[in-house]
Amino acid sequence: MVKVFIYPVNSLILADLVERFGHEPLAVMNQVREKVTSISLDSPPMNITPEDPKIGLRFAAVEVPAGVRGRMALIGPLIEEAEAAIIVEDPPVNFGCVGCNRTNELMKYLVRSKDMPILEVRYPESEDNASEFVYKIAAFLEALSGETGEETNDENKPGPEAENKGEPAEERKT
Amino acid sequence: MNSDGPETVKIALVSCGSEYSGVQPEFEAAAEQVNAKFVYPEIDVESIDNIGKEFGLEVASGDLRLMMARARAVVEGLTHVDGVFITTCFRCAEAAIVRNEVRRYIHKHSNIPVISYSFTERTSAGTLLTRLEALTTVARRRHLLAREVQTGLTAGIDSGSTTTKAVVMRDNEIIGRGWVPTTKVLESAEEAYSMALEEAGVKREEVQALGTTGYGRFLIGEHFKAQLIQEEITVNSKGAVYLADCQKGPATVIDIGGMDNKAISVEDGIPGMFTMGGICAGASGRFFEMISKRLGTDITELGALAVKGMQENVTMNSYCIVFGIQSLVNSLAKGATPEDVAAAACYSVVEQLFEQQLQEVDVKEPLILVGGSSLIEGVPKALGDLLKINVLVPRDSHMIGAVGAALLASGYTED
Repeated sequence: MVKVFIYPVNSLILADLVERFGHEPLAVMNQVREKVTSISLDSPPMNITPEDPKIGLRFAAVEVPAGVRGRMALIGPLIEEAEAAIIVEDPPVNFGCVGCNRTNELMKYLVRSKDMPILEVRYPESEDNASEFVYKIAAFLEALSGETGEETNDENKPGPEAENKGEPAEERKT
Repeated sequence: MNSDGPETVKIALVSCGSEYSGVQPEFEAAAEQVNAKFVYPEIDVESIDNIGKEFGLEVASGDLRLMMARARAVVEGLTHVDGVFITTCFRCAEAAIVRNEVRRYIHKHSNIPVISYSFTERTSAGTLLTRLEALTTVARRRHLLAREVQTGLTAGIDSGSTTTKAVVMRDNEIIGRGWVPTTKVLESAEEAYSMALEEAGVKREEVQALGTTGYGRFLIGEHFKAQLIQEEITVNSKGAVYLADCQKGPATVIDIGGMDNKAISVEDGIPGMFTMGGICAGASGRFFEMISKRLGTDITELGALAVKGMQENVTMNSYCIVFGIQSLVNSLAKGATPEDVAAAACYSVVEQLFEQQLQEVDVKEPLILVGGSSLIEGVPKALGDLLKINVLVPRDSHMIGAVGAALLASGYTED
């Protein structure tokens, strides 16, 4: 089981895919759940208090807007914890969105700076591309299982043809 | 805000995600104090993907696109609100563009009052209170703001950060004035009010209604049992158009106060867009006090000095009051004349006002300059030179808040 950071960090579809392959999705929903249930509700609806943007200073300097630092207080620890990551580029809002592109830029940079397997794919624009999109993610997740010595379904194992397929997935694996 | 239990005002909160910045409770607390409720205009989630092209402003951040979609829902009447509060993170350029354009869009396509503000995680409810109070007043009490003539015997007290002003008015005339430095809020108000009553030759119990405004409005309002306790944005704009005799049509009111400045776009005496600034006291009357002190001149003489000087001879930037004083010290050390320094100080304050605030309101003539700083002759001159328009300084321009309060309070003499 690998801890997989997902981008968009609140994508239910990505989180579900990661889970289906036996890994742990690092999604912001869990952080928010913890925020709103484990301590007293001081700052509804997200319970992000003025202390959170200060926690965010670990990831972004004080001149970075409070909204970025508040979001990073939730998301930054997930990136630190991550052992692998999937980044989906240019998704529509209903696929997942944290609302702030400065946060997106910082998040992706921090992910790419980590020495870990990363899959970068573009959100599909057609049905054909969608199958390939899912296949690439599945192959990546399968491969992660292989790397950790877990049992994998050989049929889903990524072969050489799974990589560099071109559109829609502008894939980057490290 | 008054004692007759105002009805709840619905304000659309159009923000870039203030719930992520730790300031949401402060927003809610400020709204609660003025009996307002924030609502979030409902939109179709998929519209966020297309709104950039439809609105004409394509930005990358989803929440900024959400702001545009919500603004459109308000303008199209899909969500009924009494006012709009647009707010984004301080220091975010992308958000600043959207904030300004969304504010202009709502103002252009509806009559709904709107204010904008950029927040940090340190923004407090107190900072927001005056702005939300003004917004709710415009939404809730247009009938009060429509008053153009003062009737009966009323008084107004403006408890400002630097000075406390009081006036007594009878049948549309100012009959008594009091103006003292603010030290202890209540004592200064007592002193100014007593001065005004004495000049007017009336007793306190004869006054039919009293209005209070300014930073100390709640404290003195309770102490004097005022009928009207009102923030300075609506009161000052009302007082300004009243004294300048510009109650009909558009006007722009600029109030350079002791601690912060207000720029208010007014239509028929009712504030539309306004900004309340003051990143630093370098752009306020406080800077003039410091300049006067350093030049060894009384603040009442600073204006005459400035008119004789050439601001071009001295480089001064009062974006920050510390840098401003540094410029002053350096220029004096280089042999600059007090006249040139005084002129540069006036120009610098006006320049800050222009750069920080006048970009956010539509400057329409007549431009009415009020507040204590308007009495420094160099200030209206510098403002006129910068904007290339005639600046109107009405009589009693420094008493504007007290006059506005007395005028609005006269609405209570008829109740």
